[in-house]
Order: sequence, then C-alpha cells, then structure tokens
Amino acid sequence: MSESMLEARELHTYYGASHVLHGVNFRIDRGQTVGLMGRNGMGKSTLIRSMLGLVKPRHGEVRVCGTDMTGAEPYLIARQGIAYVPEGRGIFPNLTVHENLVMAARAGPDGRREWTQERVLATFPRLAERLGNGGWQLSGGEQQMLTIGRALMTNPDLLILDEATEGLAPQIAKEIWRIVGEIRAHGIATVIVDKNYAAVTAIANRNVILVKGRVVFDGDSASLLAQPELLHRHLGV
Amino acid sequence: MDVYSFFIQLLNGLQYGLLLFLVASGLTLIFGIMGIINLAHGSFYMIGAYMAFSLSTLTGSLFVAIIVGIVLSVVLGVALEWALFSHLYKRDHLEQVLLTYGLILVFEELRSLIVGNDVHGVAVPAIFNWSVPLTETLSYPVYRLFMSAVCVVLAVLLYLLMAKTRIGMMIRAGSSNREMVQSLGLNINLVYRLVFALGVALAAFAGMLAAPVSSVYPGMGTGVLIICFVVVVIGGIGSIWGALVASLLIGLADTFGKVLIPQAAGVTVYVLMAAILLWRPEGLFRRI
Repeated sequence: MSESMLEARELHTYYGASHVLHGVNFRIDRGQTVGLMGRNGMGKSTLIRSMLGLVKPRHGEVRVCGTDMTGAEPYLIARQGIAYVPEGRGIFPNLTVHENLVMAARAGPDGRREWTQERVLATFPRLAERLGNGGWQLSGGEQQMLTIGRALMTNPDLLILDEATEGLAPQIAKEIWRIVGEIRAHGIATVIVDKNYAAVTAIANRNVILVKGRVVFDGDSASLLAQPELLHRHLGV
Repeated sequence: MDVYSFFIQLLNGLQYGLLLFLVASGLTLIFGIMGIINLAHGSFYMIGAYMAFSLSTLTGSLFVAIIVGIVLSVVLGVALEWALFSHLYKRDHLEQVLLTYGLILVFEELRSLIVGNDVHGVAVPAIFNWSVPLTETLSYPVYRLFMSAVCVVLAVLLYLLMAKTRIGMMIRAGSSNREMVQSLGLNINLVYRLVFALGVALAAFAGMLAAPVSSVYPGMGTGVLIICFVVVVIGGIGSIWGALVASLLIGLADTFGKVLIPQAAGVTVYVLMAAILLWRPEGLFRRI
C-alpha cells in the first residue's frame, strides 16, 4: 500500500447549525491524482477546508502524511507539503505579482527547492511580463496562474486545486489543464475539483463524488465512465 | 511673522507631526490590518512617558530608560496580544471598544497606584541640552531636532519593513486574506503578535521621546489618542504612508493654527479633517 498524503476519516463538519459533511472518508496517496466531483453545495470545498484546518470538523480525523492533525493550525498542515489553490483564487490584490510569489517561497518538507521564481516564470511566461503589476490588475486567467505559481513556490508534495478553471475562457482553461498535467508529471500529487468531468477523469487515478456531504462514489476513472447513469444522476451530465 | 519665527514654527509643526506619526503608525496598522479599534493605544504613549520618568530617575539616564522601556513595552505588547487582543479579531467593533476602553481605565488606575497622580518633568539629556542660535533673540533647542531626526529614521525603517521585507509582505497579505497566508504555511498569528508589539513599542517610544518636552501627566494618552485617530482617518485606514502625510499635515495645521488664528486653535485640525473627508471620504491614501 502506498504512502498516504492526506486523509479524512469519518469527517463531520458543521457551519453553525447546518450539517455539511456526514462522515466523509477521503484519501490521497503520494503522487496520485484524485478528482473530487459533485454539484455545487455538496460539500467539496468544505471537505477540503476541513482537511486543511481552515474549518474545524466536529467529529472525525484528519491525517496528514500518516499523522493525526485534526484541528491543527492551517499553517502547520500546509508545512507538511500541502498547497492550496482556493476557489476564487485568493491572490493578494494589494501585493505585486513578484511579492505574491516571493512571500510564499519555501523549501519543501524534505528541504528541496525545485520550484524557484525563475522556474515558475518559465512555466507561466505571462506572469514574467506582469511581475511589477499589482495583483488587482491581473485578468482572471493570470490570477489563476499566479495562484498556482504561488502554490508551487512552497515546493509542495500535494496541490489542491478547487475550481481552478472556473470562469476562464476555454483557451485559458486549456492552458491551465496543460500545466496541471505538467505538475502531475513532476510527481506532485493533485486533488482536482472541477466541473469538467471529462478533463478530470482523463488524468485522475481515482475519482470521488460527493452528494449532500456523503461519498457516493470512490473509484478509478474507467469504472466511473462505465456508469454514465452515475454521472448523469450526481453531476447532471 | 518674520522669516525666523516662521522657520521655528515650521520645525515645531514637523516635529509634532513626526511624533504623532510614531503613535499613529501603530494605530493604523492595528486598526487597518488587524481590524481592531484600539482605544488603549494612547495609554501606551502615557505608559512610555511614565517609564521615561521612572526609569530615568532610577538609572540616571534617559537613554538607558528608553532602551529598558522599549524592551518592557515589547513584552507588554506580546502579553496583551496573547491574553486579550488575539481574542478580538473575530469580534465586532463594539466588543473591541468595550475591552480597549476598559484597558484605558485599568492603565490609568495602575499608573495612579504605581507612580501617583503628580505631574513630572524629565530632564533633557545633557548632550542635547543646548540650542542652535538663529538670531540674537531666537534659537532652536537641539533636543527637538534630535527627536525629529529619530522619528524620520524610524519612519524610513518602518517603510522599508513594510515595503521591502517578507514580513512586510506577509503583513500586507494578511490584511487582504488572512486565511490564504496561513494556507501558504506562514504563521500569521505570530506575525500579528509582533505587529501589535511593534505598535505598542512605537507609541511607548514616542511617549519616552516626548517626555522631556511635554512633561509627564495623568491622562496624557487621551489627547494623543484622539488626534491619532484623526491622523488615521485622514491618512486612510491601514496606510503607513497616509499616516505619515496626515501626521505632518496635522502637526503643521495645529502649530500654525495656534499662531495665526489663536481664537480657533482648538478646531483647526478638525476643520482640516472635515474638509479632507468631504473631498476624499476614504482618506488621502487607500489601504497600503
């Protein structure tokens, strides 16, 4: 059995009185790509935020690299080599592109510094032209590239992409998918939340579907694609 | 007003403005970045002045007093943030005002218990206890020039800290998205604790620096607090650069107001504030 990178066991998370996650189990191993799917409001972002320590689950356990880190500070979880590209991107608009990148720079958990600013700029040439611009001056696609580039500056072992292509022009979305493939090829594990199930299943080892805070499917892409009624019922495609 | 008197008033105005900046910069950081209305910020100025008095009486040197005082105020800042202010970030302004107003009363009471309610003077250190002669009758005290120089150096250092260092980037990033900073593996809580301690130390330092020229008296923090809120509002909440410009404007307006229109001296800065806010409701500078 390969090494677990991030794991949720029987997670129950609430927002105030509303019970969002109902005993969710989720796991991603080192180097894997896992697609996390489901309609809006089914708990995908809440699951991610619970695992990252940004929301405290009421019951259940979060394990990072095999260690129990339930309720740990988000920065401690991130330092285990987990980088997060949140829905809505989360760049710092009041910092320049250059500052967004260098403030995040950090060696990976094993001390490796493969991703430097030069390498990020080589991956995203668009950002190189925008280094001195304020974050608020970027287009949506550029903001997304900056968020991914910034996440890579932390030299992560796992990259979590929450709706990375949402609201982007098809050409830009395609570019993002190409980069995600490249990141994956470097051995960085990825959790991908995206509406484009075809693109997700094409690169994911496993896919998890959430419906109303419960896992209704967990399996490889071939078995998911072999059940079109599942896709239709849970994803509306 | 002849040219020399004008020059002297100009220096006075700038010196007052720069001193205000030391207090207001901490206030604007704590308000604009950490989101806390800290009414007790003026108390740190008062505490600084009293530390200058007590410690310089004890040690015989204002410089030693200032160094010890800075260390003590950093410790005070870290302790206060840890014990009280860190619980305020997610609370609304009313609760912040209640706690920090309560702190003013606590600090004043403690001051009364420890050093009493007397007004004290602090001697100007001997090496600065002379004046630069301007004309046969007019001269300018060197200590005031020294104060201004120290304030300018601190303003430059503060600017460099905020604009050029990674800590500065984290502080600014935290003001726009605290959660995201944490998700990058950075301990924003620790950074904020240090920012708070820095604000406390700057205000206390201003009080220590001003002690020889302003004397040391009960309630001296209140006046400074109000004027510093004026500075923060004029400059734009959270903007260090704005705080500097606004401090200098207020310093000059107050000083020249007292000289040129003494009948209205009490209201000049507030008229200035009203005028600026009519023109730019968000203050002169937007957030950093």
